[in-house]
Amino acid sequence: MNDSLGLYACCRIAQRDLKLAMRRKSDAATPLLFFVIVATLFPLGIGTEADTLRTIAPGVLWVAALLATMLSLPKLFEDDYADGTLEQLALSSAPLSAFVVGKIAAHWLLTGLPVAVLAPLLALQFHLPSSSLLVLSATLMIGTPVLGLIGAIGASLTLGIRGGGILLALLVLPLYVPVLIFGTGAVDAAAAGLGATANLSLLGAMLVIGFFFAPWAITAALRIALE
Amino acid sequence: MIDWFKYSSPKTFYPIAGKAIPWFAAIATVLAVAGMYVGFFMAPTDAQQGEGYRIIFLHVPVSWMSMFIYVIMAFWAAIGLIFNSRLSGMMASALAPTGAIFTFLSLWTGALWGKPMWGIWWVWDARLTSELILLFLYLGFMALQSAIDDVRRADKAGAVLALVGVVNIPVIYFSVQWWNTLHQGASVSLTRAPSMATIMLVGMLLMALAAWMYTAAISLMRVRCLILEREHHAAWIHELKEIKQ
Amino acid sequence: MNWTSPSEFFAMGGYGTYVWGSLSVTVAVLFVEFVLLAKRRRAALVRIKYNTTLRREVGK
Repeated sequence: MNDSLGLYACCRIAQRDLKLAMRRKSDAATPLLFFVIVATLFPLGIGTEADTLRTIAPGVLWVAALLATMLSLPKLFEDDYADGTLEQLALSSAPLSAFVVGKIAAHWLLTGLPVAVLAPLLALQFHLPSSSLLVLSATLMIGTPVLGLIGAIGASLTLGIRGGGILLALLVLPLYVPVLIFGTGAVDAAAAGLGATANLSLLGAMLVIGFFFAPWAITAALRIALE
Repeated sequence: MIDWFKYSSPKTFYPIAGKAIPWFAAIATVLAVAGMYVGFFMAPTDAQQGEGYRIIFLHVPVSWMSMFIYVIMAFWAAIGLIFNSRLSGMMASALAPTGAIFTFLSLWTGALWGKPMWGIWWVWDARLTSELILLFLYLGFMALQSAIDDVRRADKAGAVLALVGVVNIPVIYFSVQWWNTLHQGASVSLTRAPSMATIMLVGMLLMALAAWMYTAAISLMRVRCLILEREHHAAWIHELKEIKQ
Repeated sequence: MNWTSPSEFFAMGGYGTYVWGSLSVTVAVLFVEFVLLAKRRRAALVRIKYNTTLRREVGK
């Protein structure tokens, strides 16, 4: 069949990854549990004063989302690399970037989307006003795919390296900083009455740019790792 | 017609670099002495900042170099990826530590300038934050390359990382225009007349050129070390004067 | 010339610690970079000489 764009390959690989994840539901749930636990640590550590919690809520939830995403990234390509599937994907007629986008999409559905849905619930613990909850969720909805795309660059670069998880964090966290700044900036701006559109548009721009350019870097890194 | 590909072999490049290093070092020293003289003895006292402003003759050159080196590093990384040439990858690896050092110095001198002038060692504004991220990018590049045992893979993986991070450079440069930051805006531009006294500008440019010549000398030194370390099995290495002694 | 005396020069109008703190660290760091690189070069040359001698001895 003619799949030069790779859309069919993309969907099939996403389906496959989701199916595999469902076979080991606990593996898929761990990043989410981590997200909840980390977000719970902050009020316990900083103090339960309502005003303080309200101020730190966007930052804490975003950092927790960031760390949870990073925890799940090493496994993105690891299993396929270990059993040779990745090599087969690279050799197939469909473009490797299509497979990459499919895997990142599946990863987002398993990690990013649940985080974006859970965050408003956790934000209630931080006494975040209900008006901010929607903005917080929106920033995470747009932001977590960007985190996945950038993180996949790190995952592909550190594929098969011993101690790769920490190295991945070191490489990827500096690149995450703009996403973090605009994500929390949107919630703070909305709370201050300035409107979140500016920050949300910048996040959206990052998503578009990331969607177009990250797969290029990821496939380059994967081919380097497969050599 | 220059045969560029001839110079991309470590064997040809090694002696040329060796001859060039003393020249770059000498020019760097002369320019640095001249720049320091202009900056500390000829330039007048600043009306608002007193004598403390003289840190500018260190801070601006190292900051410019921190950004410039990254761009050059990314350039050689790209050339290495495109042409699959070993020497280009080595050049990128040779530039990274110097770039990291200049970035650290930029943050250090900036903090020492900021404390007396604005009362704080640090502020999380766009320019300082993106310069800090630049430091992390350099360190990440160096960490990635040292974590990969296979040298060719390390070069290529580092190259991809360097190219991904090059986005940060325009952010640092334009941050003072895009955001209202504490850091002052650009006083030197290619199109408009500079908004500072000429003698201060001269001092800054002399120091910037000195930093550039220093970078050339030290990274050529480092590339020669990399060549010695990686090509140690090659026959031409054993014909070198340094080995035969 | 701006300075009427050496002590004035070192004081830098009260900003002495900051100006000289910047300059000293800059010079120190760049000097250390050079020294470490010289050591690295020497180590690489020694290693090659050692390998050459080793190969020559083994070849005998």
